[in-house]
Amino acid sequence: MSDQQSLGIGTDEWVAQHEKRLARRSGFLGIIDLLNQKFSPTLRYGILGIAAIAFGAFVHNLYLQRIAANLGVFLILTLGLNVVMGFAGLLDLGFVAFFGFGAYAYALTSSAQLNQHWPTYFSVPAIVIVTAFLGYLVSLPSRRLFGDYLAIVTLFFGQVFIQLIISSDSITFPGHENSTDITGGSNGIPGLDPFVLFSHKFKTITDYYWLLLVVLILLMIAIIRVDRARVGRAWKTVREDSLASQAMGIKVNNLKMLAFIVGASIAGLAGTIFAGIQGAVFINGFDMPLLTLIYAAVILGGSGSIPGSILGAFVMSVLPEILRVQNYSEMLFLAVLILTIAVLGKSWKKFAFNIALVILIGLFFKIIFAALNLTTTPAATWAIAPVSKLLKYWLFIPQNRILWGNIAFIILISLVAYYSIAREKMKLYLLPVIAYVAIFLWEDRLVVEPNTTRQLIIGMLLVVLMIVRPQGFLGKTRVEVL
Amino acid sequence: MQFGALKSVSELDITVNKGEIVSVIGPNGAGKTTLFNVVTGIYTPTEGDVLLDGKSIAGKDPAIINRLGIARTFQNVRLFLNMSVIENVMAATYAQTKSNIFASALGLPSSRKEEREVRAKAEELLSFFGTRLTGYRWEQPAYSLSYANRRRLEIARALATNPKVLLLDEPAAGMNPKETQEITEVVGRLRSEKDLTILVIEHDMHVVEGISDRVIALDHGVKIAEGDFDSVATHPDVVEAYLGKGSADRK
Repeated sequence: MSDQQSLGIGTDEWVAQHEKRLARRSGFLGIIDLLNQKFSPTLRYGILGIAAIAFGAFVHNLYLQRIAANLGVFLILTLGLNVVMGFAGLLDLGFVAFFGFGAYAYALTSSAQLNQHWPTYFSVPAIVIVTAFLGYLVSLPSRRLFGDYLAIVTLFFGQVFIQLIISSDSITFPGHENSTDITGGSNGIPGLDPFVLFSHKFKTITDYYWLLLVVLILLMIAIIRVDRARVGRAWKTVREDSLASQAMGIKVNNLKMLAFIVGASIAGLAGTIFAGIQGAVFINGFDMPLLTLIYAAVILGGSGSIPGSILGAFVMSVLPEILRVQNYSEMLFLAVLILTIAVLGKSWKKFAFNIALVILIGLFFKIIFAALNLTTTPAATWAIAPVSKLLKYWLFIPQNRILWGNIAFIILISLVAYYSIAREKMKLYLLPVIAYVAIFLWEDRLVVEPNTTRQLIIGMLLVVLMIVRPQGFLGKTRVEVL
Repeated sequence: MQFGALKSVSELDITVNKGEIVSVIGPNGAGKTTLFNVVTGIYTPTEGDVLLDGKSIAGKDPAIINRLGIARTFQNVRLFLNMSVIENVMAATYAQTKSNIFASALGLPSSRKEEREVRAKAEELLSFFGTRLTGYRWEQPAYSLSYANRRRLEIARALATNPKVLLLDEPAAGMNPKETQEITEVVGRLRSEKDLTILVIEHDMHVVEGISDRVIALDHGVKIAEGDFDSVATHPDVVEAYLGKGSADRK
């Protein structure tokens, strides 16, 4: 009886909201909700896996294969960092050093540098174990630390690694006259042996692609399983509240060390494969820029979420490549813009209204400026891409594109800033204007400077996403104290 | 227990017998929670000793002390907020379970079996509070729970560590009279069904009266009274500690 009563008003807010949570949102987000309901995680992974296999089987473009292989290595790193940072909540800024260690260890055991040519099936597992041990050593002084303190200590270890590699090109061993070059210093180590597995020599990037695919599938299964089991749960308790975790009999320090070791060995494995693909190692590939990219990928996707890590890795490693090609970057830009309008518009009606308004604004300016005789024909390189070809009948192209572009840039930033504080009704009209200015800026100014554009786009993506969704694309909202 | 020059708890001698429910009362700042923190290893006592079954546990790691059989809840409720209700309880079985990272990654049968057992145990422990934390609530994140349910979940989580002694820090704080009544019953059932020795910090005198075999009153880190509820509640020093000097005479 008391149970029936206790499930009365007020105690059951979660159930009361159950239907609401299941209900689909209107507009574009509704499609995402529908897809979410229709596709189980297993199905999603399955589709992803099939797509990856199809890519390996049918795509023979060397450039694309190289991008895919880089994505594979990057994905292993992201998954590894997701264990350390996402699951256990440790801010490990020395992570990339383990990647570098794996790569250099492979280089030293598979090149003429020390005249060592170990068989792959021995060298790779050995390197992974040694990297794990290195992770253990780093965790010894770090295990009592959390947050910022841990970050500083691990950052130091990362820098020590780099300095060690750079200065190990002339080491004089006791009892020897001449110095020995171990790491090649800043020149790196070229001419590495390719992988040889099951007496198959890895001649092409496709071989590595398949290897990466197998490694990734196994790694993902392992990480998902661990996440749901005893150790994964314990890691999460360390992240959530390490004092309560200790009081529940969990040896927090040991678990932190374990997270370090697992992260290090995954990074070490990625390092060996990376060295195999590159055929050479250089120290500048293992410094802060890469670390920043991996962190950005994990945070962008949603720290602690495995699908999020995949998405984050994809965005951070493939997006810059796509943005290199003007045609792709244009299409991507317009697609993102239209998606943004769809998401912000919330309903199909508003979406249609916004798009119509954008088109009208474009035609309006085109006519006005044509009448004022300020328009010019686009540069030859500009109009080649199909999207630009189409746009030139609609978009106003000024004679002094740099000046107009710069003005548009300032207007755009002001409008976006205003948008964030504007009232709902105002936003409806503001959005198309922002969209138009963005297209104008892109086509007239940015598209001709791809390198600046890439960085700008990725930076803006990060800023916007962190404001709109601080938990990342697929991360769960985390509550600190309620 | 001393923090710098401040003596938080001093010359406190408390014995809790097996199967007993002892309440610790006292005004704010009396040193009740400090006592709990010393017992559970969060603080290392600057002087004195803590004995469990005659063996010293003072200054041991909190995780070790928990494994020796002392579990606790926290005054300010420290759940793993972003984990589900059932995960909170399952996580606390860590010390009694074995499957290591490799067993879980490979999905070995032993690891799967253990996972099923842990889940069954967690479901059973959560059913201790009737239907309040069962069924659809299992998969909710802990942060979505009401304050009273969080306190219940914390008790369930502490129970999952298979303790011999349970320390409850203000289990009825923030609960309405009906829930308070319920938690009083729960504490009684914990002793009879789970065979626990229980030490409770509580401000609600109805709860203290309802559950305690013995009451200990602290003030300024010193024990000022000990005995059954009636004798402690009417003890002049206790009345004075709560209401101020001279109150006992006026009464």
